[in-house]
Amino acid sequence: MTVSAMEQLYQQLILDHARAPHGHGLVPAPDGDAVGESFAVNPTCGDEVRLRVALRLDDGRPVVDSVCWEGQGCSISRASLSVLTELADGQDAATVGARIESFRTLMHLRGGGLEPELEDELGDAMAFAGVAKYPARIKCALLGWMALRDALTKVGVHPEGTE
Amino acid sequence: MALVMTEKLGTHEFAAVRADFPLLARNVRDGRPLVYLDSAATAQKPEVVIDAEQDFYLHHNAAVHRGAHQLAEEATELFERARESVAALVGADPGEIVWTGNATGAINVLAHAIGHASLGRGGAAAQRFALAPGDEVVVTGAEHHSNLIPWQELCARTGATLRWIPVSDEGRILTNRLEDIVTDRCRVLAFTHASNVTGAVTPVAPFVARAHDVGALTVLDACQSVPNLPVDLHALGVDFAVFSGHKMLGPTGVGALYGRRELLEALPPANYGGLMVEVVTMESATYSMPPQRFEAGTQMVAQAVGMGAAAEYLRELGMDAVAEHERGITGRLLGGIAELDGVRVIGPTTSDQRLAVVSFVVDGVHAHDVGQLLDDAGVAVRVGHHCAQPLHRRFGIAATARASASVYTNEADVDTFLEALGRVRGFFGVSDRTAVAR
Ligand SMILES: Cc1ncc(COP(=O)(O)O)c(C=O)c1O
Repeated sequence: MTVSAMEQLYQQLILDHARAPHGHGLVPAPDGDAVGESFAVNPTCGDEVRLRVALRLDDGRPVVDSVCWEGQGCSISRASLSVLTELADGQDAATVGARIESFRTLMHLRGGGLEPELEDELGDAMAFAGVAKYPARIKCALLGWMALRDALTKVGVHPEGTE
Repeated sequence: MALVMTEKLGTHEFAAVRADFPLLARNVRDGRPLVYLDSAATAQKPEVVIDAEQDFYLHHNAAVHRGAHQLAEEATELFERARESVAALVGADPGEIVWTGNATGAINVLAHAIGHASLGRGGAAAQRFALAPGDEVVVTGAEHHSNLIPWQELCARTGATLRWIPVSDEGRILTNRLEDIVTDRCRVLAFTHASNVTGAVTPVAPFVARAHDVGALTVLDACQSVPNLPVDLHALGVDFAVFSGHKMLGPTGVGALYGRRELLEALPPANYGGLMVEVVTMESATYSMPPQRFEAGTQMVAQAVGMGAAAEYLRELGMDAVAEHERGITGRLLGGIAELDGVRVIGPTTSDQRLAVVSFVVDGVHAHDVGQLLDDAGVAVRVGHHCAQPLHRRFGIAATARASASVYTNEADVDTFLEALGRVRGFFGVSDRTAVAR
């Protein structure tokens, strides 16, 4: 195996997150929070995730209190969910929506570069840049993000962008 | 094939077979030689198949069974000769082979035709097929979605009940449950000849015997058996069977429904339109004799010709020799996997009554990740549920990786695969005590 190609795909950060993911396990939302839940499947491999997002209002703006999830998936999808949990917790919903869109952009780059502001915004999620080279794995990386997007929509937060 | 064959090939002679498959010479992922172990999903094609399809388009293309011109005659001749070749491969008469788009299409043709009989179409002769509330359709827990969902839907349309025979921990269909599950209420018993997940080969005789006792029709999913085993449908005694061209070294877009002549004659059509009729008025139509009755619209002629060439190619190799060759591959796969820590086969662990279709899980590493590392070594395997979610659920897993062989698979393929598989747990840093994901 060309260790380099595989090491580029499976960055240590991804392996670490996959082994001990954040947000794993569904927990009750704090009292008073609005809760959105989504169930997403990857039909090609049967992987699935149930994701719950809890929102509170902060100065009238919706803020993500917590994200939690459970499901079955490969290291890419689990690590992606874990990183997403970190990037969403405590952020206002608009920021989270923008990050979801940035992550989608990253997945469809196919070798091109991302604007530096977007890179900063994505932080640890930039470790998934290598996934874009493997079209069959993009769905794995996106699974959790799409579930988050759907869950947010269910509590009335509509991240921009189409699809 | 390179050699003109008078004798069937011995096992060692399969080395020459590989040269017949041009695609196998290519490299993948940074110049690694391709190791293709995904033949159960779709097989690679020998040059004779590619040539047959191309030759049809280059020299003989015309509408079949129509037209008074020479091209139409030639095209019809090739089309019907392909039917004869396919029939000869599986021990059927040519008139018992209906062209379909694939095996899935074949099952749907049958299920729809039975549905139409259940609505009273096809007259008195078709009543033997009719389903009603109280009737049962029986499948098994090992089925591909293609041999499950059409029956679920047929039951939903007719009010019949779907039941299934479970599989053992080794992935074998529990033949000893036939008596209590296949009862007088059973009208259709649909089962796979060989599982595309566990590789287990079903003993057909007890199924046919039980169906006969209770007066049920048998439907055999022969997708995985026809490319890899000698199959004689007359000798097996099943009523219907289905298989796909693309899994038996033939083109995509073509498959076959086999039906015993007498049954096809009594069965109403599934699809309606041109080329399957005798007399048409504004009010109604009468239908052709089988197999044309089930071949509505312009057929996939070039692909059928290619499938015929594939059948001839397999017949020249000899299906006994193919099975013998693949038994050797199965043994090497199973033996090699047994030596690896943390790799578990889902299915029988001996080569007995089993195909070289080996699904497995690696403790602590998800199948997708296993497949990715194998791919990096040039090894193509399938990952996922292989269109058999209920079977995977039966084993409490969402996904497996699957290595599967064909006539061209050799020992070096297996060794490259095993070597790469042996590195998977190390790469993901999984010891026996830590688990990432399953
Ligand atoms: C056992 C079995 N049945 C049915 C099918 C469906 O074949 P097709 O997709 O060619 O219609 C397959 C193919 O995956 C199979 O392996």
